Amino acid sequence: MDISRRDLFTMGGKLLVLASVGASLEQITGAAPPTDAYRMAEHWWGMIIDVDKCIGCGNCARACSRENNVPSGYFRTWVERYEIEEGRPPHVESPNGALDGFPPSKREDVKSFYVPKLCNQCADSPCVQVCPVGATFVSPDGVVLVDETYCLGCRYCVQACPYGCRYLHPDKNTVDKCTLCYHRITKGLTTACCESCPTGARQLVDFKDPKDPVHEFLRHNKVQVLKPYMATQAKVYYKNLDGAVR
Amino acid sequence: MVLRRFLRDSGHLVRPAIVLLAAMGLFLVVRSAVIPKAFGQYGHYRPGALDAIRARPISFAGQDTCVACHDEQAKVRAAGKHAHVACEACHGPLAKHADDPTANVPKRPEVANLCRRCHEKDAAKPQGFPQVATVEHSAGMACNSCHQPHNPHL
Repeated sequence: MDISRRDLFTMGGKLLVLASVGASLEQITGAAPPTDAYRMAEHWWGMIIDVDKCIGCGNCARACSRENNVPSGYFRTWVERYEIEEGRPPHVESPNGALDGFPPSKREDVKSFYVPKLCNQCADSPCVQVCPVGATFVSPDGVVLVDETYCLGCRYCVQACPYGCRYLHPDKNTVDKCTLCYHRITKGLTTACCESCPTGARQLVDFKDPKDPVHEFLRHNKVQVLKPYMATQAKVYYKNLDGAVR
Repeated sequence: MVLRRFLRDSGHLVRPAIVLLAAMGLFLVVRSAVIPKAFGQYGHYRPGALDAIRARPISFAGQDTCVACHDEQAKVRAAGKHAHVACEACHGPLAKHADDPTANVPKRPEVANLCRRCHEKDAAKPQGFPQVATVEHSAGMACNSCHQPHNPHL
C-alpha cells in the first residue's frame, strides 16, 4: 500500500481528534463523583478571641473535654485568670484548667481579666518542625494535627510548643492536642468550645472565606497573637490582649 | 582473557559490591512495603490520618440541630438576653439525644451551679457583664424561682 505524505498527516490528525474525544469522554463519565462536599484547599482555619468578653465560666474547657474525651488532669483548652498589681509580676491561675469555673476574685484593687488558651494552630509550627517521624503536621486547611498511628511518644513536640498546648495521652502514650475540632469543622459545625461559649468570646474563623467576619474583625480591632517573637505565624488572634499575657 | 584477569584481581571489590547492591535492593523492597502509598501527598505525613481524625464522633449536635425541633424555646430565647447563648452551652452535649430523642432524654441542668458560673460577682469579669453576689442577691433561693432561664429578664 502506498501512503503519501498528505495521507499520513490527515490520518494522524483524525486519530488525534478521536483520541482526545475518547479521553475527555473518559474524564466526564469515568471519573468517580466526589464523595464529599468538603474541600481542604478552600479553607484556612483559625480563631479570634475577644478577651473583653471572656467571663471565665469554663464552658469551653468543659465542652472540649467532653467532645474530645480529654483525660482528666490534661487540657486541650483552658482559661487563665491574670491579676496584675502595678510594679509586680502578674499572678496567673487556672484551677483545674477552669473545668469547674473560678472562685470569685475578691481583689478589686488590681487589674484582672480572663484569657482563654488553646493551640494557636501555627502556620509555621515548631512542633511540626521537630517531629522526627512525620506524625504531626499542618493539614492543607491549616490545622495542626497528630497522626496517632505514627506518633512514637518521644515528646519533642511537647517541649517545642511555646504555648504548652500538647501533652502525652496517659493511656495511648501518643501525643494529644487541640484538633480545632477537625471532626466538626469539616462537617460544617463550629468547634465545641465556640459552640458552648455563652458570650461569643471565641469564634472559629476561616481566613479563605471572603464573607467570614474575621476580615472585618482584623480591620477594625487592635489584635495580637501570643508570643509573636517566636515567629510561629499563629492563627489565633486576641483582641485587646494585655502585654503581660504570655 | 582480560575479563578473567580483572575478576581475579578485583574479586575483593566485586563481592562486597554484590552484597551492597543486594542490601540496597532489600532496603528498597522493605521501604516500599512499609511506607503507605499516599505518604507525602500533601506533605511529610500520612494523608489517611486526616480521614481518621475526621471520622471521630461528635458530642455537641450544634445550635441548628436543636432549633430544628425545639422552635418554641428558641423563640423565647431569641427575644431575651440569652439570644446568643447556644442551647448546649447550658444543657450540655446532646448529639445522642438528637440522633434518638426518645431513647436519650436529657436531664434538666442543675440551676444552682449553672447560673453562678457565669453570673457570680467577680472582679475579673468584664465590667458590663451582668453579675451579682448571689448571697446578697437571692440568699440561697434558686435563680429560676424568679428568672426564666430562656429569657431571664424580669
